[in-house]
Amino acid sequence: MPAFLFWIFALVMLGFGVAVVINRNPIASALSLVVCFMGLSALFMSLDAFFIGIIQVLVYAGAVMVLFLFIIMLLDLRAETRRKINVVAVVGGAAVAVAFFLQIYFVIGQLSVAKHPFPPLGAAKMDDVHNIGFLLFSNYNLPFQIIGVLVLVATIGVIVLSKRELR
Amino acid sequence: MSSALPWYILLLPFFAAVVIVLLTKSFRGLSSFISVGAVLASFVGSCVVFATPNIRALELKPWIDLRPVLFVPLGLVLDDLSKTMLVLVTGIGTLIHIYSLGYMKTDAGRSRYFASLSFFMFSMLGIVLSNNFVMMFIFWELVGVSSYLLIGHWFEREAAAEAAKKAFITNRLGDFGFMLGILMAWTATGTVVFHDMAQQLGRITSYPGYLTVTALLIFCGAVGKSAQFPLHVWLPDAMEGPTPISALIHAATMVAAGVYMLVRVGFLIQAAPEALTIIAWIGTITAVMAALIATQQNDIKRILAYSTLSQLGYMIMAVGLASGEAAMFHLFTHAFFKALLFLGAGSIIVMLHHEQNIWKMGGLAGRLGITFLTFMVGTLALIGFPPFSGFFSKDAILALAYEKNQKIFWLALFTAFLTAFYMLRLVVVVFFGKPRSDQARTGREAPWLIIGPLIILAIPALASGFGFVAKLFLKLPGENESGWLVPGLALGATLAGIALAIGLYRRRETDPINLALFREGFYFNEIYRFLIGATQGVLASISALVDRWILDAGIIRGAGGATWGIGSLLRLLQVGNLQAYAFLFGLGIVGLIYFTLFR
Amino acid sequence: MVTLGHYLIVSGLLFTIGFAGVLLRRNIIIIFMSLELMLNAANLSLVAFSRFRLDGAGMPNYNAQVFVFFIITVAAAEVAVGLAIIVALYRARQTTHVEDVSSLKF
Repeated sequence: MPAFLFWIFALVMLGFGVAVVINRNPIASALSLVVCFMGLSALFMSLDAFFIGIIQVLVYAGAVMVLFLFIIMLLDLRAETRRKINVVAVVGGAAVAVAFFLQIYFVIGQLSVAKHPFPPLGAAKMDDVHNIGFLLFSNYNLPFQIIGVLVLVATIGVIVLSKRELR
Repeated sequence: MSSALPWYILLLPFFAAVVIVLLTKSFRGLSSFISVGAVLASFVGSCVVFATPNIRALELKPWIDLRPVLFVPLGLVLDDLSKTMLVLVTGIGTLIHIYSLGYMKTDAGRSRYFASLSFFMFSMLGIVLSNNFVMMFIFWELVGVSSYLLIGHWFEREAAAEAAKKAFITNRLGDFGFMLGILMAWTATGTVVFHDMAQQLGRITSYPGYLTVTALLIFCGAVGKSAQFPLHVWLPDAMEGPTPISALIHAATMVAAGVYMLVRVGFLIQAAPEALTIIAWIGTITAVMAALIATQQNDIKRILAYSTLSQLGYMIMAVGLASGEAAMFHLFTHAFFKALLFLGAGSIIVMLHHEQNIWKMGGLAGRLGITFLTFMVGTLALIGFPPFSGFFSKDAILALAYEKNQKIFWLALFTAFLTAFYMLRLVVVVFFGKPRSDQARTGREAPWLIIGPLIILAIPALASGFGFVAKLFLKLPGENESGWLVPGLALGATLAGIALAIGLYRRRETDPINLALFREGFYFNEIYRFLIGATQGVLASISALVDRWILDAGIIRGAGGATWGIGSLLRLLQVGNLQAYAFLFGLGIVGLIYFTLFR
Repeated sequence: MVTLGHYLIVSGLLFTIGFAGVLLRRNIIIIFMSLELMLNAANLSLVAFSRFRLDGAGMPNYNAQVFVFFIITVAAAEVAVGLAIIVALYRARQTTHVEDVSSLKF
């Protein structure tokens, strides 16, 4: 995929990611996150991971973010009031985050394979749904079943947690 | 020829002691006879061994065989020196045992006494017969233990118990030096057997400093055992024990063990000239100091005890002047007349119902006739009046001193004068004049069990100095070249002392001279007590300091406090704030990555 | 020319943004959303590597993509439960400010 598309979508993703963190209004934050996920999905597509890209939109942007918005509106959260900013905490947190990124940058800089371009694929079209499904139900069947149980447990847990009076 | 008889001589008293302790403790009469029988048998055996030339003791398996590092055999040495000592020790021992039968007749602890006495005989014979340093050291210590048991026989008396402890501890101080000396000698020559060490001596003579130190350390053992200055303080106090013990141990045998040991390792001592000088001077100092103190003592046994110290000083002086023969000659004669004097004193004491102060006696010459006569024999021998035995042996030492070291000679001569003075003081006050107390008025002669040994001992006290008698037993020191000068000076000093004593002390009720310095023994006991107390005080303060500040405050409270303090610091991290935890988490991750990837 | 390194740097940057959000924001919901950002950054890395490592037949390594599938599923479950807890917390404390829920201190 042409390089400039990569840069556009990367910038979209990163920009709206920053917007999530910076926005005062939680609804604005949530919507920024949705757009961020869109950009991310585009990046997935650019890596020929079509199934993952679609799943990203369907599950994350479609289900998870909707849940977030529901909860924000349920709790009726307004833009949070400004409180006294603890300068030390802010500076410390920013410093740690920046230090972490610098470390990642250096590590990747020393990774020799990072400089290689992507090798060409064997076939022009890939049936990656088929391939992923195959792997999923054969090699990773057990984790798949466990994930199923996990989701069931999560559902039950959510129901229990949201009862008004817990007896 | 190889014989087991020496082993029997050595072990019979030991078995007697074991039998008495384990079986016959409650049968007092039986115990005493077992003990006397054992030592009599040892005496007979010693005479047989003495009369047999070329006798060797049966070889037993060695005790420690770690050649070439260490070899300690179980061996007995039977040369002329040890044979003579055997006869001397067992002979006088037998007489003392018989004397004890009479002296301790009414004592309730007789079994214990005779068991300790037999054990002492075993230990002393062990010292005489050992052929190597390690065995001798073990018997050395055993003699110290026996001395402790015997001095403290009447341990219910505080003074006796204290005296026993003092004797043992002072001896141990000397033994510490002795042990170091043995180790040094062993390190240098590679052997502890006397015979082999004499042959290997060439290895250390090239290091005179080492040799001198070794010789002096070994001499420390003699300083302790033979009560030389500065470890002389135990001998006067040891008079708290029964008088036969004072006679046996502290006159004739145990204290002589130091001199015997020095003569036995003479090859080592005589190779170190500086050590010899120091030894001679210590002997001289002891002799003079003890004689001075004796002039002011009022207890009959203490006078005799200081006299022993003085004569031991003479013997050590002879060793230091490189004549083991003169030392052994004096040891030989001294054993007889000193034992005689002590046993005589014991006879007086027991017949005066345990009175020991000479100023409470008097006029006993008529009442205790035989005691008086034998006591006079002993006195004349001690002060060196010709032709008694002491004259010849003391003369030999004086002649030696005249040749080798004039300063020592004049001091020794002065001591001879003092010896005559204090002994005649004793005799005049005790036996002449009017009785000064009721006990003195009513005293009568002692029974035969007590007088018999006195008479028997008077004979060698008179005769053992004569050359033809002594030659049978000892190698005599060489004839002196100064002719009649030294004997003449000695006789003059003796007569002067006699005259002064008679003049000062005739018809006196109390002592005209009063010198506290001499009477209190130059205050040595007080000095030592102060030093020991001060040292203990310092050590106790240091221990208290360490305990209070380092152990209690530093380590115990410190460990607890440090943990508590760190805990207080760490708990500041539990702020309850979610983002603080996340921050610390991130910090940890950054740090981890840094240290694993970038270092 | 877009290389693997570009994707990885972008992923790292996204992760850092999410991490900064967790550390600096005070609203619990926003913190939760930043958490999602971090998870997705990891997903991006995994997919990039999946595309980069081809097997013999020229196919991408689908194991990573299966892993991403699992991550998405688990993240969804986690969001559900987490938001339920936040709702319960809001009902108890009437606040979504993270500094108001700090009673678990020494």
